[in-house]
Amino acid sequence: MSEDSHPFERFLRDGMMPHIWCEGCGNGIILNCFVRALKDIEIDVNKVVVVSGIGCIGRLSGYTNTDSYHTTHGRAIAFATGAKLANPELKTVVISGDGDLFAIGGNHFIHAARRNVDIQVICANNFNYGMTGGQYGPTTPLKAWTTTTPYGNIEHPFNLVHLAAASGAVYVARWTTLHVRRLTESIKKVLQKEGFSFIEVITPCPEIYGRRNKMATGIEMMNWFKTAAEIRNASDPAEAEISPEKIVVGEFIDAEKPTYDHLLREMMKQVQERIRGEK
Amino acid sequence: MPLRLWRKPLDSEKIKIPEGEVHVLKDRCKGCGFCIEFCPKEVLEQSEEFNIKGVHPPQVKEETVCILCSFCEAVCPDFAIFSVKKDCKGGC
Repeated sequence: MSEDSHPFERFLRDGMMPHIWCEGCGNGIILNCFVRALKDIEIDVNKVVVVSGIGCIGRLSGYTNTDSYHTTHGRAIAFATGAKLANPELKTVVISGDGDLFAIGGNHFIHAARRNVDIQVICANNFNYGMTGGQYGPTTPLKAWTTTTPYGNIEHPFNLVHLAAASGAVYVARWTTLHVRRLTESIKKVLQKEGFSFIEVITPCPEIYGRRNKMATGIEMMNWFKTAAEIRNASDPAEAEISPEKIVVGEFIDAEKPTYDHLLREMMKQVQERIRGEK
Repeated sequence: MPLRLWRKPLDSEKIKIPEGEVHVLKDRCKGCGFCIEFCPKEVLEQSEEFNIKGVHPPQVKEETVCILCSFCEAVCPDFAIFSVKKDCKGGC
């Protein structure tokens, strides 16, 4: 191997590196884990579609050397559902942020999970709207400081894993960007799984969120994950809290359920047979 | 558990710890320092030189202690560092 070529170079689009993300941002680690998972399971990259919404992590779809969609704000899951139903052979992965998936696109998320559409959702949770200047969002922890909550946040945050589990997702996990091995294993698992799968990744955002919350560098935020993270596989996602003292991570749900596209195609077949029989 | 009570794995003599070689793509580094902070063997350190972005990229402090865990490669957000198995021409 030559000294100036990274082993993942062929999974990254030509001329797109270096990416736009800040120093200390965890989005690059999610991209790294995702391409490592693609490499490890030796999946045909022409059969993978990466769909992303608006936000810092939305840029990710432009960096992977797969087919990709960079969609309108909050509608990544809607586009992904369309792509999946049009061509069921595709592996459709939605990689987007917490604001995009749960504030603007909240309804798309819960209903795609309820229908069990066969798409894989990876959500980068950085606790705020990073790209637009650090406004508070649906995942900002209580009492956290952001640009629009200068006296501390008084709204209770969403528990994303509990929401996904309650909406009917067949695979639910949460990791931080420090758990690179477990995150890669999770991504590998969902790429080989059928049904609505959800992975929440807690991401450091030192420039926008961290420095207003006494964690000014990426290393400080990663050290917070290191000391606070507690792995509890197969535990109740309702109790998976995120607080300054404790971040409960792990693989919460891994189940099987008939998918929407499977049921749809089955019904189409039955109806077509009935119509032919009547003629 | 106290250290003296740790049992030695039965195959510990057969298993050879691999030796790694770390490569840094200096101009891609943004200087977040994750690789230096989280290397379990403390192989890396910050260098004195500046790269094209004006940050100090990591450099290898002690190459002989690298065990090829590739954590630096996995945790790098900028695809700027990777490790490969050491070329064993001399027999290692």
